[in-house]
Amino acid sequence: MNHMPQPSDFGPDNAGPRHNAPDRHAGVYRYDELDKEFVFQRVEQFRAQVERRLKGELTEDEFKPLRLMNGVYLQLHAYMLRVAIPYGMLDSTKMRRLAEIGRKWDRGYGHFTTRQNLQFNWPALVDVPEMLTALAEVDMHAIQTSGNCIRNVTTDHFCGAAADEIVDPRVYAEILRQWSTLHPEFSFLPRKFKIAISGTPQDRAAVRTHDIGLTATRSEAGEVGFTVYAGGGQGRSPFLAVKLRDFVAEPELLAYLEAILRVYNQYGRRDNIYKARIKILVHELGAEEFTRLVEEEYARMPRAEYALAPEVVEAIQTHFALPPLTALPAESEAFDEAKRSDRAFARWTKSNLHPHRAPGYAIATISLKPVGGIPGDVTSDQMDALAELADRYSFGELRVTHEQNLVLAHVRKDDLYPLWQALEAIGLGTANVGLVSDIIACPGLDYCALANARSIPVSQAISERFADLDQQHDIGELKIKISGCINACGHHHVGHIGILGVDKKGEEFYQILLGGDAGPNAALAEIAGPGFDYDGIVDAVETVVKTYLSVRSGPQERFIDTLARLGHAPFKEALYGAA
Amino acid sequence: MLVKARGPVQAVSANRLSDGIAVWLGPDHRWVDRVEEAGAFEGEAIAQALEAAKADMAARLVVDVYPLDVRVEDGRTIPTHIRERMKALGPSIRSDLGKQAEAPSAVIL
Ligand code: HEM
Ligand code: SF4
Repeated sequence: MNHMPQPSDFGPDNAGPRHNAPDRHAGVYRYDELDKEFVFQRVEQFRAQVERRLKGELTEDEFKPLRLMNGVYLQLHAYMLRVAIPYGMLDSTKMRRLAEIGRKWDRGYGHFTTRQNLQFNWPALVDVPEMLTALAEVDMHAIQTSGNCIRNVTTDHFCGAAADEIVDPRVYAEILRQWSTLHPEFSFLPRKFKIAISGTPQDRAAVRTHDIGLTATRSEAGEVGFTVYAGGGQGRSPFLAVKLRDFVAEPELLAYLEAILRVYNQYGRRDNIYKARIKILVHELGAEEFTRLVEEEYARMPRAEYALAPEVVEAIQTHFALPPLTALPAESEAFDEAKRSDRAFARWTKSNLHPHRAPGYAIATISLKPVGGIPGDVTSDQMDALAELADRYSFGELRVTHEQNLVLAHVRKDDLYPLWQALEAIGLGTANVGLVSDIIACPGLDYCALANARSIPVSQAISERFADLDQQHDIGELKIKISGCINACGHHHVGHIGILGVDKKGEEFYQILLGGDAGPNAALAEIAGPGFDYDGIVDAVETVVKTYLSVRSGPQERFIDTLARLGHAPFKEALYGAA
Repeated sequence: MLVKARGPVQAVSANRLSDGIAVWLGPDHRWVDRVEEAGAFEGEAIAQALEAAKADMAARLVVDVYPLDVRVEDGRTIPTHIRERMKALGPSIRSDLGKQAEAPSAVIL
């Protein structure tokens, strides 16, 4: 049962004294000495800036952009520290460190977000430099988690493991991270800029809701490349990104993306922050004109200088080599037996597992949405336990999903039953991934200074209303997403059922939206009708679900399919009565 | 009896610079930790309180100063808007966090 990698497994690239067991095979990019030095220098710089602020040498107006550059926001009850988790990849060492930071400087927990990051809700400003030092020691930081820069590139959480993958998107996410960090063209963007990459056309990274979205594809000749989308985003004016090109070959990727950013820098509005996103530019110019400008810029660029050399891609690929998997039979007797004898486990295997490319392995999603729980919250003790489970069952590696869950990507089928039992023991064995209680909720009024209404308690109440897991499995795939204001951090525009909190005369009120989709058939949800009060919104969701159950063609028809087949009318009628 | 045209009753809120914790300006223009003890200002006193608060912002005690609507009940200052009631209590989903965890509050969500 010991899957610890053996020393002989190391390639020359990721050998070295820093790469201590057990995380040395985790598919996490290793900093080189330059990266390390840079991050430590940034911490020292910020330490001095905090001191100057406290001494009065910097005003808040001067200090605020500096603290934001280091991930420090001021929220309703306290400061907040947003920690970058590049493309959501963690190893057990990092996870243990996050647990420790939460325990020592916060309130014993952290919050995983849809941007694949982690937020601490209660840091004191005076402690933040120490927290950042503790992060830097494990190659982590909070750079580019705020401000008008290219933010954490997000990606498919099954990357490098999924059976249906074309390329490992982490390779390109890391290339984009290195390219975008400190690039002069991107140091004064009109607004924040978000890029997502999916390693398969089975979009698992919501690419069309991003400023730039990439899905990996291969040309007929077998060359690796990307379908490129731009101009997507949620917020107060939601847009799906438009397709600029079906195929941009791998060597051309950086030049093409830079052409997009140049056009954005040149024409993007700066007079009004709500109109400064690239989605507005694409919308105002029209997809055709925007594409023309990008192509023109691209044609003008010294493309040879930007060409992504195969050696560079290969060098980065070695960081993301598959862990040393064992050759296993495709089926596991222990797994099949456990499914037969334990119904609750069998249920979990239905919702929380995904096919791995290697026989005998599976990808396990750990739901951070226990029934009635706070979506995305994990206690320090749970983080430690998860690090332990990652070490024991998945080569010390963990991923954060954009749906606020975690993933162990390389679990032997033989180990799934003990893994699930261990997860159950820490309250994280819920069999609800993709189901009605796997709700994305932004922090809302419980923490966020921008909020108009609470999100989390609404998600808790809905998840309690549908507590029965058998019923949830019967309802099938259904994505509920909740935001506490129009900024749409909770992705309500792409929820099958979206919920938006609004302020009505100082009290909370909720709009219900139907028909959004963040997958390969991306769609924006439409408002169903007048809003509901805090108590009414849970009933309204139940009404929608019951209506679906009564009109679906059969158990195989998902909510979103029923909606596509019958339109919104039966749901509106159930909610508001006949017109 | 003279009927006075009455404007809003307001308190002044901020967050402490060093740790970000929510505070309110007291009736004597000193910062207090609980909204119940905040000054409830009317008319010209509002502008004076804001001035005092801004001076403390310059003096690096607090950040993010702003006025909020309140009412006074049994001598205690209670915010009228849900956002401000939440700020006064702590997250509604974790009664072990925030001001509500320190002492029972007269504020009700
Ligand atoms: C409490 C701290 C937070 C603050 C102050 C905050 C602030 C904002 C703001 C101002 C926007 C609007 C940006 C725009 O106009 O495009 C935004 C958008 C967004 N935020 Fe947050 N946010 C917070 C937490 C979160 C969390 C916890 C998540 C994930 C669960 C998240 C994910 C997002 C996403 C996905 C968007 C939509 C961006 C887009 O597609 O345009 N945020 N946030
Ligand atoms: S959607 Fe609004 S309320 Fe929710 S976290 Fe984002 S900014 Fe805050």
